[in-house]
Amino acid sequence: MSLWVDQFRPRTLDSLHYHHGLSARLKSLASSGDFPHILFYGPSGAGKKTRITCTLRELFGPGVEKLKIDQRIFLSPSKRKLEINIVQSNFHIEITPSDAGNYDRVVIQELLKEIAQTQQVDLNAKQRFKAVVINEADSLSRDAQAALRRTMEKYMSNMRIILCANSTSKLIAPIKSRCLLMRVAAPNPQEMEEVLNYVAKRAPFTLPPEAAKKIIDDSGGNLRKAILVLEALKMQSPDLSGPLAIAKPDWETYCYKVADLIVSEQSPARVMEVRAKFYELLSHCIPPTVILKTVAERVVEKVDESLKADIMHWAAFYEVRMRLGSKKIYHLEAWVVKVMSLYKHFFYDMDMSSFD
Amino acid sequence: MSFFNLKGASTKTAQKHVVDPALQPWVEKYRPKTIDDVSAQEHTVTVLRKALTSTNLPHMLFYGPPGTGKTSTILALARQLFGPDNFKNRVLELNASDERGIAIVREKIKDFARQTPRAETVSSDGKTYPCPPYKIIILDEADSMTQDAQGALRRIMETYARITRFCLVCNYVTRIIEPLASRCSKFRFTPLDPDSSTSRLTQIAQAEHVDVDSAAIDTLINTSQGDLRRAITYLQSASRLSASTDPPTPIAPVDIQEIAGVVPEAVINDFARTLGIDVEGAMQVDDSAKPKDGSFGSIQKKVKELMREGFSATQILSQLHDLVVHHPTLNGRQKSKCALVFAEADKALCDGADEELWILEVGLRVHKAIS
Repeated sequence: MSLWVDQFRPRTLDSLHYHHGLSARLKSLASSGDFPHILFYGPSGAGKKTRITCTLRELFGPGVEKLKIDQRIFLSPSKRKLEINIVQSNFHIEITPSDAGNYDRVVIQELLKEIAQTQQVDLNAKQRFKAVVINEADSLSRDAQAALRRTMEKYMSNMRIILCANSTSKLIAPIKSRCLLMRVAAPNPQEMEEVLNYVAKRAPFTLPPEAAKKIIDDSGGNLRKAILVLEALKMQSPDLSGPLAIAKPDWETYCYKVADLIVSEQSPARVMEVRAKFYELLSHCIPPTVILKTVAERVVEKVDESLKADIMHWAAFYEVRMRLGSKKIYHLEAWVVKVMSLYKHFFYDMDMSSFD
Repeated sequence: MSFFNLKGASTKTAQKHVVDPALQPWVEKYRPKTIDDVSAQEHTVTVLRKALTSTNLPHMLFYGPPGTGKTSTILALARQLFGPDNFKNRVLELNASDERGIAIVREKIKDFARQTPRAETVSSDGKTYPCPPYKIIILDEADSMTQDAQGALRRIMETYARITRFCLVCNYVTRIIEPLASRCSKFRFTPLDPDSSTSRLTQIAQAEHVDVDSAAIDTLINTSQGDLRRAITYLQSASRLSASTDPPTPIAPVDIQEIAGVVPEAVINDFARTLGIDVEGAMQVDDSAKPKDGSFGSIQKKVKELMREGFSATQILSQLHDLVVHHPTLNGRQKSKCALVFAEADKALCDGADEELWILEVGLRVHKAIS
């Protein structure tokens, strides 16, 4: 039995629940025979991937759902072997080049050239081209993006590229200008409620409106999260009545604990305590940016209005440093110390100017 | 199943697949065929025309922002020099999608540079081409070549200068190492002025029978900021969208903005108002109903909303920047403070910083600078 998220995922463009304008647009593009390269972008859980699969189905028919997983081996310039998983059907191919880390350029170059240079021989095929879906396009390295540039123009007749990204900021301008941009915004609460009710109807059970509201508030626009939570809740209490406790992920509660520690006392000993907690979080593979953001948001809730802006400022400041630097913990700690000093300064009006 | 049928089927599949011109990107389709077709770059074109008549060419370095016609110019020039027949064996085009490490420079370029060309002036299409006794190697996007690879080029350029001309094409001339740059004559390509963009776009629109009015063309030019390739791609995407609806609708400026990923003006104005910037033309109707503008909570909420809508941070930043810089009532000091914030945020976003944090940071600091 699969999860509800997969089980009730819409398969065609017509059965999508929201952004009907977008669906109509994709449908007409798919049927016009003149299909461009497309870049889907939007927050996670907004339905980018669902829309991509629906579009592919519209383009090529149900054949795209017959997937097989291949493992390909690429050779990096320094003769290192890279193993990349490729999901493909007869009509499309799906890659996540960021799996290859620094060598994503090699994967892009070799794979795309190979696809681009083979033609569709089946004359009955609905489209002459093959589609290449590139996931997590925003984590492609600059080199890999540069490698895409010319390929996208040159091999337009044999392939179309569909990029899927969270944000367009990290994509270089030449790529953006070669694609049709499709923004997939997160669904609003009404749309989410509609989807949740649809899921409930299919499952089938009845979803009390209060429960739906609670789930939606908690999900923050992430529909995938909302459906997963719904399923989890249904497991806990089959009738979904009474007070519902949406379990927060462990790391989130842990982050909140860290925030409380920072606010309640500011001392070197406390910094050491916080550091231990940060290490714990990092060793559980929670991305440092997520840690910093969650802790900062929690701290901000608890402090005085005049401090909020400063705390956020330093969070942003150290977040960039963290990306540039190599040891994440230094910057997390630096931020904690900064916040503590600000806080103390605010309370005792101590002269901390030499601390900057 | 008969034998003949089989044979029939096989000849059918063997048909040569030609690129349908309707499916070609317009950028490729309307690439200038001769250097006289190149829009706007008068100075470069005059110099190159001279080179064409004298059939002597220096090593060249083309630089300028994207979409100004650098690659088009050199391709057109090569085509005019050699004609379609000789083009293949006289011109080597390498770009960032090809492997271009030091090994390639050593082997491929050297090999190509070494072969002495054979002249064949009368082409199959009956025209005579100058076909001078040298080859052209085009290194497109040369600024993404490594320093080592560029270093390896230095000597090669001189050794084979008798029979090979190099043309480096790049966006940032500063990324080309000095010894290479000094071996080339430099040509700077400037962003296209609105007039030449307009004429080119209308020309393409007419050739493709696309219904665009002047307002839509103005939007195209505004959103593309002198990048003709971007403008043409947007035009093509817009025409695809408008043609695929039933019945076909003329292209509206709003469509173009959506394609270009521009954040709607109303959204930006709303954000600016939350930050405490007066936006003219938009009256605050329900002043009392909203929480006090400019408080931390309201800004944070607004930023979260923006991020949920999926707008790109760089786009928000640049549009907010335009709004602040052209703002009529803010004074110089306030604008300068805001500009500092924008610059910092842009750098941070380039380094891959978290978008939500930085937009929030920008919001808070702009608010502080203004109040």
